[in-house]
Amino acid sequence: MRVSKRASSAVALGAAFALVASGCSSSDGEGGDAGASADGAITIEGTQPENGLVPSNTTETGGGKIIDWMWTGLVEYPNDGSAPRNALAESIETTDSTVYTVKIKKDTKFHDGTTVKAKNFVDAWNWGAYSPNGAQNGSFFADIKGFSDVNTEDPDGAEGPKKAPEPAKKEMSGLEVVDDWTFKVTLAAPTAVFPTKLGYSTFMPLPDAFFTQGAEAFGKKPIGNGPVKFVSWEDDVQLKLTRFDDYSLRDKMKIKDVTVKIYQDDTAAYNDLVSGNLDFQQQVPVSSLAGDKWKADLGDKAIQTTIPSTGIIAFPIYDKRFTNAKLRRAISLSINRQEISDKIFFGARKPADSWANPLTPGAKPGNCTACQFNVEEAKKLLAEAGGFQGELVMYYNADASHKEWMEAVAQQVKTNLNINARAEGMPTFAVFRQNINAHKMKGMYRAGWQQDYPDVENWVNPLYVTGGSSNDGLYSNPKVDALAKEASSAPNLEAAHAKFAEAVALIDQDVPTIPVYFSGQQSGHSEKIKKIELTNVGELDLTSVEL
Amino acid sequence: MGRYLLRRLLQLIPVFIGTTFLIYWLVWSVPGDPFAGKCGERACPDAYVNMMTEKFKLDQSIWVQYGNYMQNLFQGDFGSTFGGRPIGDIIATSYPNTLKLAMVALIIEAVIGLTAGVLTGLRRNGFLDNLVLVSTLFLLALPIFVIGFVLQWLFGVQWGIVKPTVSNEMRISELILPGFVLGSASMAYIARVARTSIAENRRADYVRTAIAKGLPMRRVVGVHLLRNSLIPVVTLLGTDLGALMGGAIVTEGIFQINGIGRQVFRAIVTKESATVVSIVVVLVLVYLLMNLLVDLLYAALDPRIRYE
Repeated sequence: MRVSKRASSAVALGAAFALVASGCSSSDGEGGDAGASADGAITIEGTQPENGLVPSNTTETGGGKIIDWMWTGLVEYPNDGSAPRNALAESIETTDSTVYTVKIKKDTKFHDGTTVKAKNFVDAWNWGAYSPNGAQNGSFFADIKGFSDVNTEDPDGAEGPKKAPEPAKKEMSGLEVVDDWTFKVTLAAPTAVFPTKLGYSTFMPLPDAFFTQGAEAFGKKPIGNGPVKFVSWEDDVQLKLTRFDDYSLRDKMKIKDVTVKIYQDDTAAYNDLVSGNLDFQQQVPVSSLAGDKWKADLGDKAIQTTIPSTGIIAFPIYDKRFTNAKLRRAISLSINRQEISDKIFFGARKPADSWANPLTPGAKPGNCTACQFNVEEAKKLLAEAGGFQGELVMYYNADASHKEWMEAVAQQVKTNLNINARAEGMPTFAVFRQNINAHKMKGMYRAGWQQDYPDVENWVNPLYVTGGSSNDGLYSNPKVDALAKEASSAPNLEAAHAKFAEAVALIDQDVPTIPVYFSGQQSGHSEKIKKIELTNVGELDLTSVEL
Repeated sequence: MGRYLLRRLLQLIPVFIGTTFLIYWLVWSVPGDPFAGKCGERACPDAYVNMMTEKFKLDQSIWVQYGNYMQNLFQGDFGSTFGGRPIGDIIATSYPNTLKLAMVALIIEAVIGLTAGVLTGLRRNGFLDNLVLVSTLFLLALPIFVIGFVLQWLFGVQWGIVKPTVSNEMRISELILPGFVLGSASMAYIARVARTSIAENRRADYVRTAIAKGLPMRRVVGVHLLRNSLIPVVTLLGTDLGALMGGAIVTEGIFQINGIGRQVFRAIVTKESATVVSIVVVLVLVYLLMNLLVDLLYAALDPRIRYE
């Protein structure tokens, strides 16, 4: 999950959904003029990447976008949000969901001309997992056998004075290079969804140059293997990218040069877009959404997509007041999501009605019965739960635009259930997350979830399984844990999805969080661009652009 | 004069140390763990937090952190951001841009403000006087971001006279609009101060003498009256350069200028004390030196003022 780091729109809640199949892509079907495209150049909006561009160390959208363009992984996620397909992988085979044999396509190139071999994957993953390297996405490799040997835990947490011991090994025992084009991955436990995860940027291969230059130098001049090649990076000003002519895995870029101009303010970018000085903006500013001003400004160059991201309000279940599932369900049922979608978001975000993004493989649309609006039922449940004593505070981070919808939710709960509810902002995302991570929240709080990879597993394991990486409310249901474990070790994805569906049914009864809305994205492009598609997470697909 | 200058320069040292420490301490006391929100809705792995904590010595006391920072500073090393970028680089690229913008703003406000002030000061209560009075009131009443957005929309989007944002080359012609926006509030102040000062000195004895001895009006106003009336205006302009640079964050954001404003803002949010202090320290120096310059200018403007 990546997080947006623009100052003005601040930390959007991240999460990305698959696009609605119909509205996902091209605004002009007929395409562009191949001649104009061939050496065409565009300028698009971006934000300054926070760190050097190293795939396993990037968790924010500014750098993440560029990494997504510059690399092609073993599998890739189709733009329409459907199930992943092999990209660099020739085949990924397993009989028991534990040992995977990965064959990669022969003779594909990195941008520096070296060949992508099996060891480029194995070395890259070992580097990401090795804890002294401190990769932000290091925990993604935890599925692999031998992870605990290379990634030692701090005995008293990062806050404590004790230091994590030096890992015993530098390489995970579960990774084994068979020959130049084949490697074997042994997992610590059966994981049916593992091949799906391989399209996430953390799992990208790294060229030998990475290990000779070191991460810091490499991050300033990254070398990938994707359709887009890095040219230069002027901090806070722009990044220049160009077509990789030796790319052989999929469509090459049709245009030649791309300048990612770094904007500090999305309104400035929007004004450039409207006046024809910018070719693409992924999210137009909130100020242009009111009264559909952006549609009037941009006409048929406006792209509305229902991008994959859920806004949720979580319960701190470690707080005794919130342990009763009936109370949690009552609160959820008292929220009129449709009204919030219409009045606060002008329809740009849709009312949530399922636990996972509906287009995610394995997800079931409409499976959140707790997401209905039913005041009678809510009142009944609240009475059965014995009411709610005292003040119910709903927290949000005040450095992003969450105030309006959080206050609307609090008001609805107050009106419909007669609970003394109110919304309160915490000054910054950092303070907010610090309290959440430390399990010190004194009320409900907003959260957001963006899938890292398109599978329902990503909407269950991290959020609702005991010890899950983002199960911040400490929800724990042994039955859910057991079902999720069974699902993970299922022999194939269909069986896994069936088990996850059972787990979700239990989650739906427990209501550990309240899904409120599915995010939308409003993008715009210039007159110059004749054909354009967005990826499953709403980023620009540079290979699709025609002029 | 030389001794005065030396004394003033020596005074800069405690001020310098005091401000750097205060700023360091302020940023250090901003609540929030710098790595708590770094990885989005999921906590960063301990390994990452540990590595960064160690690298930036964040587990040490503020005294040790500040001591380290100052030690490196005297060796010419500003340190680096959490993202690994040398702060020296940031200063080298962003300061010239902000300075350029502030200078353009300063020139615009000085020229327009002074002209308006002199004209209205000489002819009080006329049509022009009332016009300036009303328009300055208008400028003062509007927040700078309103002026910025409105002018950007009108000139950049609606009429297409200029590009809505400033290009990377930072051409002077592109900076006129943002410079006007940035300097608009001060422009109003300068016009009003100059007007009052001119109007007051208009009745002074030396002006009457000058007129009585038959000097042409141009000389009376240009040499005698203006020179003596300039002291408050120079004070205002001198301290304004620092204020313009520090206050440019809004204008820089609207017009997409790669200046210090966004760097400071980003660094405060991410709790990068070293970055904030390094940038602000240079700003403090600008303030101090401009103040000194203004004091020295007094002597040039008014021969009665001497420094020992």
